[in-house]
Amino acid sequence: MSDDEYPKRGRPSRERHADDMIEQRPSGERRKSSAALDEARLRQQAIGVRLRQMFDQVVNEDVPDEFLEILRRADSRSSEQG
Amino acid sequence: MADDTRNRPSPTAADDEAFKRELVQLIPHLRAFARTLCGDPAAADDLAQDAMMKAWDARASFQMGTNMKAWTFMILRNQFYSEKRRSWRQSQLDQEAAERTLVAVDDPEAPVALDELRQGLAMLPPEQREALILVGAGGFAYEEAAEICGCAVGTVKSRVSRARRALHAILEGGAYDRDGEPASDAMRSILADAERLSTVR
Repeated sequence: MSDDEYPKRGRPSRERHADDMIEQRPSGERRKSSAALDEARLRQQAIGVRLRQMFDQVVNEDVPDEFLEILRRADSRSSEQG
Repeated sequence: MADDTRNRPSPTAADDEAFKRELVQLIPHLRAFARTLCGDPAAADDLAQDAMMKAWDARASFQMGTNMKAWTFMILRNQFYSEKRRSWRQSQLDQEAAERTLVAVDDPEAPVALDELRQGLAMLPPEQREALILVGAGGFAYEEAAEICGCAVGTVKSRVSRARRALHAILEGGAYDRDGEPASDAMRSILADAERLSTVR
């Protein structure tokens, strides 16, 4: 929803560790590596967004009734005992 | 954890009720984590149910107010690996299922590029995949992920970092291959969809 999921510039705190993978380069290639760094960061962010999307798709599925049924049975069992 | 169990009253019905409420809210997350471990949705739900019941049975040892999500994820993960140890043959099948259907979803409209991410994830070593999923998708801090996996924080950090790099390389072009299409298509479609996805949440 918010820009920090996928910003066009700047670095969201959550993805800051994506920089860890960028290796230092000789100064002669600095400009080139800066562009490459932006590109790599963008790509890592895109993968990160996808990863969360993939996980959240399952989180957002309806929970099968079986789960609540099993828990309900266990709960009534334990209150009978207690 | 902290030596803080002294003078704790035995759990009451109200405690059980509060625990149960919180546990129920975690079920969707347990299912999602189980799906990343098992691949096969039915096996994943079995695992998630087992973990849920283990957590329920162990509720007296849980301290309300601490991180129940991390605690239940740890239970689920331990359950998964102890089952794996019990049956190596089964785990082989699980692995094959995982490679086919890692985090399969019943959504016909699921973006195509998710398939590619799933397959990319399936190619990572399990410990890297798990670390990346906990931190990158599950929303856990490195410290929490370390606790869940029973390893050092630095180990989790390096696994996540290596997983990111490897996944990027797989999607970008190296090992990934699908139906003879150029592998870089995977990364392109991920980039193309990323902006749209960022507005979905």
